[in-house]
Amino acid sequence: MKELVIISGKGGTGKTSFAASFAYLAGENAVLADYDVDASDLHILLEPKIKKTYQFYGGKKANIIREKCIGCGKCQEICRFDAVKNVDDKFEINKIDCEGCGYCYRICPVDAIKFEDNLSGKWYISKTRRNSTLVFAKLGIAEENSGKLVSKIKEVAHNLANENNKDLLISDGAPGIGCPVIASLSNANYVLIVTEPSLSGFHDLKRILELVKHFGYSAGCIINKYDINENITKEIEIFSHNNELEIIGKIPYSDSFPKSLVLKQTVVEYDKLDIGKTVERCWSKLQTKL
Amino acid sequence: MKISVASGKGGTGKTTFAVNFSLFLNNIKKNKIVLVDLDVEEPDCHIFLRAINSNRKKCFREIPKVNEKCNLCGKCAEICEFNAIAVANTEVIIFPDLCHSCYACIELCPQEAFNIENIEMGEIHWGIITSNNFYFVEGKLKIGEVMAVPMIKQTKNFSIEKFGENSYFIFDSPPGTSCPVIEATKDSDFVVLVTESTPFGLYDLKLAVETMQKLRKKFGVVINKAGIGNQEVYHYCKDEKIPILGEIPYSRGIAELYSQGRDIISIPFIKESFRKIEEKIINLV
Ligand code: SF4
Ligand code: SF4
Ligand code: SF4
Ligand code: SF4
Repeated sequence: MKELVIISGKGGTGKTSFAASFAYLAGENAVLADYDVDASDLHILLEPKIKKTYQFYGGKKANIIREKCIGCGKCQEICRFDAVKNVDDKFEINKIDCEGCGYCYRICPVDAIKFEDNLSGKWYISKTRRNSTLVFAKLGIAEENSGKLVSKIKEVAHNLANENNKDLLISDGAPGIGCPVIASLSNANYVLIVTEPSLSGFHDLKRILELVKHFGYSAGCIINKYDINENITKEIEIFSHNNELEIIGKIPYSDSFPKSLVLKQTVVEYDKLDIGKTVERCWSKLQTKL
Repeated sequence: MKISVASGKGGTGKTTFAVNFSLFLNNIKKNKIVLVDLDVEEPDCHIFLRAINSNRKKCFREIPKVNEKCNLCGKCAEICEFNAIAVANTEVIIFPDLCHSCYACIELCPQEAFNIENIEMGEIHWGIITSNNFYFVEGKLKIGEVMAVPMIKQTKNFSIEKFGENSYFIFDSPPGTSCPVIEATKDSDFVVLVTESTPFGLYDLKLAVETMQKLRKKFGVVINKAGIGNQEVYHYCKDEKIPILGEIPYSRGIAELYSQGRDIISIPFIKESFRKIEEKIINLV
């Protein structure tokens, strides 16, 4: 089984539109995963039926039992994250600020602090309208540990693909260059970077490629809206050539993307001739990389 | 005044808004305008600004370092909730990437066997923008460094100390709904949520709204690329009584200016739209 991970460094380059299109084109042959657990969007286009829902406990949080607290204030003194507040001489923990380090619970003289597993999100196994399996998650609001949740989704998606003898996993990677995207990339067979020819897009491409190279993955890129700034497109092409980043395709600026999105269709379904054909060509080329 | 600009997700035009709104404020306000890029993983604002006198300052975070007093009792490894310490037969191993600098191991070690080590996590850059009363600060995390929150905190505190509470701060926040965006928005007077009127935009906006409600922040919505999608975002805001501060229309012209790293406030209808947005924010704070 091979895994293709699609990333962009930053959001807004059209990464999810491509992931959804490839997922559509691959049909039943692929398992799909969405690693953007902070704000997963792939399911909006694929509108899957949820088959199973699971709870995700990531990390712990402290909580003061008000009746037991004698108000000594030690917990407030030691908390490095300003999570403990004094309310009428009793102490309370602000769940949003608590990092879950457990220090307070270890030093409370009267055991007034509970330190418990924290429900930080949910994840789902679902079936798309193309009859492929999509694994995605929703991190709770203000919850951390997205890297761990990404790793969970990845493990589940890999297992599902292997159990069902699917030879391909297509994954919509997490944004950014931090812990979640690093978790998204682990064991990828090929990384596709979606970029756009703007100064900021080019800047993000350089940063994300540095990360991809740092971990030794092979990568290619798609330049979306290439005709919006042909000078930068040229620069990206030269940069790619010098950095062993293969250009998988160049897609022109087109209204088909927002229009298909509003109808909750992938661009290959909406625009079968023009953009759809170009995206299909990218897909054929990608398959030779895997 | 402290205004954070946030969005559930990247790519909605948050940076475009933060930069251009700051440029706009610089023309109409007497206060110092300070644009602070808190998207420390990938700060982008600088691309749209021609900052001069760029100054730099290295930022560090504190992690434990074992000294010779250690008797390998193993207590620290037991304490650390983030698995950042392993005690082997002959030494204590620290994994800096996992350490949240909570100090539990340092202060609870029975042998007082820990020193504190500073490790570099990134840099703060700051400078003045060509016109005289507009300043720019950016926090930038080192590649491979994963702890965004302490970097955001230091960048924010540095900006406030350096330029004073009387300045007008615009914080460009990181995307998402987890700790980094919370750190970036939690002490602001107002949060501007930038969204697009598409199904993606609406979905992400709902998450951002929930986050702001949880933080009990005052907030309003700016709709970017207005005209591409449908009416769902407008209906949602109306139903939930969320103020729509203004719109930036969808146009290829704006996308082209953006791609060249140019500002858009010279466009008359943008200026007018920003004027109204500012007015609405003042009324809501
Ligand atoms: S350390 Fe325990 S007893 Fe003291 S204030 Fe905190 S919760 Fe209350
Ligand atoms: S668990 Fe750690 S972060 Fe949470 S309140 Fe206690 S000391 Fe503070
Ligand atoms: S708790 Fe202190 S003495 Fe014990 S292993 Fe850790 S550093 Fe060494
Ligand atoms: S400071 Fe806290 S997080 Fe860091 S190693 Fe010690 S116990 Fe673990």
